[in-house]
Amino acid sequence: MVNVIIDGKKLQVSENTTILEAANKLGIRIPTLCFLKEVNEISACRICVVEVAYEHRLVPACSTKVSEGMEVYTNSPRAREARRINLELILATHDNECNTCPRNGNCELQRVCEELGVKQTDFVKNVSSHKTNKNFPLIRENNKCIGCLRCVNFCDKIQSLGIWDLVGTGKSAKVSTTSGRKIEEDNCSLCGQCITHCPVGALHERDDVLKVLDAIQNKDLITVAQIAPAVRAAFGEGLGIEEEKRTVGRMVAAAKATGFDYVFDTNFSADLTIMEEATELLERVKTGGTMPMFTSCCPAWVRFIKTEYPEFIDNLSTAKSPQQMFGAVAKTYYAKVLGVDPSKIYSVSIMPCVAKKAEKDLPGMGDEERGQDVDAVITTREFEKLTKLTYVDVDKLEEKEFDTPLGIGSGAGVIFGTTGGVMEAALRTAYYSITGKNPDADFIKDYRIDNGIKEFTVDINGVKLNIAVASGLANAKTVMENVKAGFKKYDFIEIMACPGGCAGGGGQPIHEGKELGAYRSQKLYALDKNGTLRFSHDNPAIKTVYKEFFEKPNSHIAHELLHVDHKQK
Amino acid sequence: METIKIKSKTKLSRSSENLYKEALKRINGAPQGTCPTELALAFANICRAQSCGKCVPCRLGFDAISEILNKILEGNGTSEDIALLEKTAKVIADSADCVIGSEGASALLNAIQVFKEDFISHVENDRCKENFTPVPCVANCPANVDIPGYIALTGAGRYADAIRLIRKDNPFPSVCGLVCEHPCENLCRRKLVDDAINIRGIKDFAVEMAGEVPVPDKYQDTGKKVAIIGGGPAGLTTAYYLSLMGHKCTVFEKRKRLGGMLRYGIPCYRLPDKYLDRDIDSILSLGVEVKLGVNIGTDITLDELKKEYDAVHIAIGAHSDKKLGIPGEDKIGVMSAVELLRNVGDNHKVDFTGKNVVVIGGGNVAMDATRTSRRLGANSVTCVYRRRIIDMTALPEEVMGAKEEGCEIVELQAPVRVEFNDKDEVTGLVVQPQIIGAFDRGRAKPFKANKPEEVIPCDIIIVAIGQEIENQYFAEQNIPTKWDQIVADDEAIIKGHDGLFSGGDCVSGPLTVIKAIEAGKVAAGSIDRYLGFNTVLTVDIDIPNPPTTYMQQCGRINMKERPAEVRKEDFEIMEIPMTLQEAKQECGRCLRCDCFGFGSHKGGRTNKW
Repeated sequence: MVNVIIDGKKLQVSENTTILEAANKLGIRIPTLCFLKEVNEISACRICVVEVAYEHRLVPACSTKVSEGMEVYTNSPRAREARRINLELILATHDNECNTCPRNGNCELQRVCEELGVKQTDFVKNVSSHKTNKNFPLIRENNKCIGCLRCVNFCDKIQSLGIWDLVGTGKSAKVSTTSGRKIEEDNCSLCGQCITHCPVGALHERDDVLKVLDAIQNKDLITVAQIAPAVRAAFGEGLGIEEEKRTVGRMVAAAKATGFDYVFDTNFSADLTIMEEATELLERVKTGGTMPMFTSCCPAWVRFIKTEYPEFIDNLSTAKSPQQMFGAVAKTYYAKVLGVDPSKIYSVSIMPCVAKKAEKDLPGMGDEERGQDVDAVITTREFEKLTKLTYVDVDKLEEKEFDTPLGIGSGAGVIFGTTGGVMEAALRTAYYSITGKNPDADFIKDYRIDNGIKEFTVDINGVKLNIAVASGLANAKTVMENVKAGFKKYDFIEIMACPGGCAGGGGQPIHEGKELGAYRSQKLYALDKNGTLRFSHDNPAIKTVYKEFFEKPNSHIAHELLHVDHKQK
Repeated sequence: METIKIKSKTKLSRSSENLYKEALKRINGAPQGTCPTELALAFANICRAQSCGKCVPCRLGFDAISEILNKILEGNGTSEDIALLEKTAKVIADSADCVIGSEGASALLNAIQVFKEDFISHVENDRCKENFTPVPCVANCPANVDIPGYIALTGAGRYADAIRLIRKDNPFPSVCGLVCEHPCENLCRRKLVDDAINIRGIKDFAVEMAGEVPVPDKYQDTGKKVAIIGGGPAGLTTAYYLSLMGHKCTVFEKRKRLGGMLRYGIPCYRLPDKYLDRDIDSILSLGVEVKLGVNIGTDITLDELKKEYDAVHIAIGAHSDKKLGIPGEDKIGVMSAVELLRNVGDNHKVDFTGKNVVVIGGGNVAMDATRTSRRLGANSVTCVYRRRIIDMTALPEEVMGAKEEGCEIVELQAPVRVEFNDKDEVTGLVVQPQIIGAFDRGRAKPFKANKPEEVIPCDIIIVAIGQEIENQYFAEQNIPTKWDQIVADDEAIIKGHDGLFSGGDCVSGPLTVIKAIEAGKVAAGSIDRYLGFNTVLTVDIDIPNPPTTYMQQCGRINMKERPAEVRKEDFEIMEIPMTLQEAKQECGRCLRCDCFGFGSHKGGRTNKW
């Protein structure tokens, strides 16, 4: 423990504490900009500089450890001057077109300017010209980039991909791809975590809102929306709606109010995924198929396997993701139910995810007859934007129910939105398949985690399954290296690319400095717990769709529509 | 007549001079991996700032170049711009009235031609080709030793940890503390403040204070056997790391003792046996088998080694001498520096009492021979060099040390022939005075002066003009050679010879101990992979936190030597180690580039290899 004095207040803290943490303990706020706890503690922006007695230079509060007798002045004239000038330098090179920026109103640069009272820059404006591909799901606009390097370090440390790097030095130094390839040709998984951790609008997803609104307002099209499980845990956060009002019913009402003809639930197709995937797993175990089997719901994980571990592509379940299954059902079974040509149906999915925008265009995700399974994907953030564009006052909406039959989903489907959820849902149904009866729905609850890697073994009537669950691609890499080296023998591996799973997805509302994956996951678990339907195979809509259309899991038609060859070019 | 006044500098001109001094600091401690285009721009701007403004090419040309480079840096350049850059620089160089324009433009033109690759990268991909180097000392250390780490540990008094950290990358801390050429200090970032850290001195201090530090635990025995030919720094480094990795190593050494050039090339007043043996004992404590006095080719053949061992590493060094090729070189009293130093290394101290010795050469070996002769009791020692003293490749402190010990350095004299008496004994060296002339390949070249030959009377002539590699036997075994060197790639692999590796002086030609250690490390990694492993060597030591901000300007502590009058009489160690007070202060000067600047972003250290 060391004794420090910050702005005249005395404090005793452990010596590995930073000045920033120590000040926080005293309730003293020090402005930060590039700082991202445990990921980006590189003190690049120099906004958090403070004055320390007897030191001849200002020191960054975010990365400087306290020492015995240290006397800190957090807001001295010298510190404020340095902050202001540094901020003005950033402003001189930042494209200040806030009005048209996706982060307007949720921007760290705006916040720090406001906090420091900086209203203009005295420096000559010199914004870099930038070339960017506006058609790719992930867009980087370097004229907005403030060089904080959060994206560089997040992708490197948490996702292990290291897609971004600071390239060049001096005036031409800027963030670009490490490889030198264009981002669309690079090994980017499209997890979107660099977007949610960007303090400004330098990184954002391709905006598909207008495309969707055009479809909604096109009288010739029937717009069918599906909403992913994790969206319900976050929708409304970015609209400033208070927590009690952020209910599933209000989210459905909002989607309906924007004008979609039908609003369905991806939980339905999550249940369908379980039927197909659990059957596939037990089939692989029985027939000695490629093991371990990997989940295939997360398109960022699938991209990761294709680029980083192509020799393991056959380990991916051939089951399509719930998004794609839903699209396929909408364009076939549901078109039949409605008695319309599939080309009349415009299938939109609302996802907590950026990679879903790329998944819908993969080979095998549709055919000439029915068209693409999914026509457009918007993120939770874009969904919120859509409600603004259509002047929907979400706050005042009465709650509504999903449409039927594709709006019926089980609790097993809901927890698809959290790390470990797909595994748990699959094991509930696997248990039923093996024993013929349902287990306690919470029978593997003890293995739930917020983030990281979890390994466990379940024994269902003598069928032993070694399980690994991980979220975050650095964790995925650890699991894969263990598999590759033969250190670990698993049967079934669930990976979600975003920390905490889709709840912490790259398409979710952005909250500076907060990781909300675990908090949103708890909301999903509560929905599962409080629901009456907790097993995918008990979902009446699923039973109907098999009876009327797919016959049985892994049937010929199911294979045609609900499975995909990941090696297809 | 007009009044003339005493010239005095204005405040402004003095400030300009000061800024140039600061600029010089930035050049001496230039960070590596910066954008070449950016650097060309900075140089063009300096040229522009120095133009008097009278003539067109210099006044307007440098500015035009600067504008084009700016455009390229902003990602708006074209290939026409690159061509225009070159043309402009050429015309300034060609048509400027004075050297302010022509020399600046010539230098710029050279740079433009070399940097073209980077310009193209900016034009085509809007990105630079270079990568910034976070920690300059580590980047410049061939063995990649974690220098800021061991300086911090030494400063904190954790000497044994410092040695353990060094050994992760270099098994010769004791040797390197005394004789490493310390390339780490060349671009030390502290040069931007005052002067480089005395890194070698700190290492030496840590070794002195640490006492005996046990080597780390070995990996489990793999059952693989490796033969290493040559017990010098390269071979022993390979043996050390391969042993740690669990492979069984046998070192075959031609001479009576291990150490190679460390024993037989570096005189013991610079590197006493005690210091060398400290490192060798640690290496051998891993269970390395040693066979002394074994000559490959006569005592055992390469084929036999290949049969008996899973891999063979050739690290025979460069132990034969180059001949002058002048008449009389075969007479009694003419010897090579290699031969002299080898005898001293084997404790055969020839007696030069009353003799007048001439040493020919200008490198560090020439200085070693000069100072060794002085210690062998010579009446006089004269080192003869055909260029100027400032052209000598020997370290300036070595030249100064030799002078302090009363040796004479004679510059601009080229040896012509040896004079001898009827008993074939040397009586003098005939030299031809030289004059320094035009530059050739970046160096001023001497040529014959219009002066008659001179005679330097002497009894002993020591030739120290370079070493060669005895590769005949290996060449006969069809191992690829080029001139006297063995050909191996940058992974120490001899192409086309399965299981054969080579590294060190015998591949690179005579270099430094730290380059030999690098070669030994590389070979160890390659051999381990060849044997079917991919062993990771690591060390678990937490490095102390850096100070909050760096110490303001503070002089560098230089190493001191025992008084010349005393040290020239014996072979005892010449250098005086740092005191605790000195070492503490010097460690405190380290800027901890591993924790600040780019180091805080990219991570200042690699914990394993």
